[in-house]
Amino acid sequence: MTRPSTEQVWEWLDQVPDPEIPVISLVDLGIIRDVAWMGDTLEISVTPTYSGCPATSFINMEIETAMRGHGIQRLALKRQLAPAWTTDWLSEKGIAKLEEYGIAPPQPAGGPARCPHCGGTHLERISQFGSTPCKAQWRCTDCLEPFDYFKCI
Amino acid sequence: MELNEALERFALRMGDNTLILGHRVSEWCGHSPVLEEDIALANTALDLIGQTQLWLGLAGELQGNGKSADDLAFLRDAWDFRNLLLTELPNGDFGRTMMRQFLFDAWQSILLPRLAQSPDARVAEIAAKAAKEAAYHVERSADTVVGLGDGTEESHGYMQQALAYLWPYVGEIFDTDEADDCLAQAGVVPHFSTLKDEYYALITRVLTDATLDVPQDDFAHRGGRDGMRHTEHLGHLLTQMQWLQRAYPGANW
Repeated sequence: MTRPSTEQVWEWLDQVPDPEIPVISLVDLGIIRDVAWMGDTLEISVTPTYSGCPATSFINMEIETAMRGHGIQRLALKRQLAPAWTTDWLSEKGIAKLEEYGIAPPQPAGGPARCPHCGGTHLERISQFGSTPCKAQWRCTDCLEPFDYFKCI
Repeated sequence: MELNEALERFALRMGDNTLILGHRVSEWCGHSPVLEEDIALANTALDLIGQTQLWLGLAGELQGNGKSADDLAFLRDAWDFRNLLLTELPNGDFGRTMMRQFLFDAWQSILLPRLAQSPDARVAEIAAKAAKEAAYHVERSADTVVGLGDGTEESHGYMQQALAYLWPYVGEIFDTDEADDCLAQAGVVPHFSTLKDEYYALITRVLTDATLDVPQDDFAHRGGRDGMRHTEHLGHLLTQMQWLQRAYPGANW
């Protein structure tokens, strides 16, 4: 087969959903750090969000399945630790999708800007941690709904 | 002492601290006072275990005999562990668990950003990753220590007791040996003595905010970081943590 371009591979990766937050892709999440061909081997560098995130090995499997599905024969997945992942790498598209999905996107101020359900700005923190390592739990005191907040790191 | 050997010892100590404390904290899973705390403790444990994989991975690499982080975690016996005694102490009540967490997080939150500047890229990249997590952990554990210390008469009493119990285990953090001296001389790791004032200033500020009396006694239990005399609690912890690999060697999923 002819080698697909790296742009093509990035597009494919942008169709692989994050296993925990399926509305955003692995590319939206900012964990794909590099795509390159080394001879006839496709190298994809992936960085973990949190060092103990249990989704990491699952994500690698998803990447492998997707690439095999597109006919990639030789694939090498590399773990890249530095520079450490930051929520600054979330894509604009990903941020919009998070909010639409009901997860308040990260803010440099350290807390959500508004309730992802009603847009209310009277908010309180329930817990610094949430259903996954990357989220915290907040509540809107306008509509009284709890919601996930994507921690800013 | 050779730099490589010193670094191996250092990585082992860092990894054993996060492994043993991570396991301890995970014991709360399903038992915490409220659901949010349960989730927070489980997430903290997860971060610590993640950091363990990195540090013990480095230790294994430096040993150069093909041992993985898993081999080091599950196939060593108590006398080979190099964690601080503080990390292996039983959880006790929720207040004591959070006090222990704070005393540890405070140390990590000071040490890791320094290590992130290390000229050794392997140390620097692990530390840069872990430093972000530690900064988040110390925010929570310090808040909880203040909330409970400066809380009701009952919660205050629990926190003062927790501090009295844990205080003699704080001093070991600043013990050093020839490996630490070697790393400091090479500029790879700052000498712990240079971080001591900053640590005591931080914990004194938080404990004072928590309206707790800071003990003045500087007696310290020792024997964890050199493996000479662990508490009796470590062996019991290992029987839980390691039983699967001991009963079914090589099992995986």
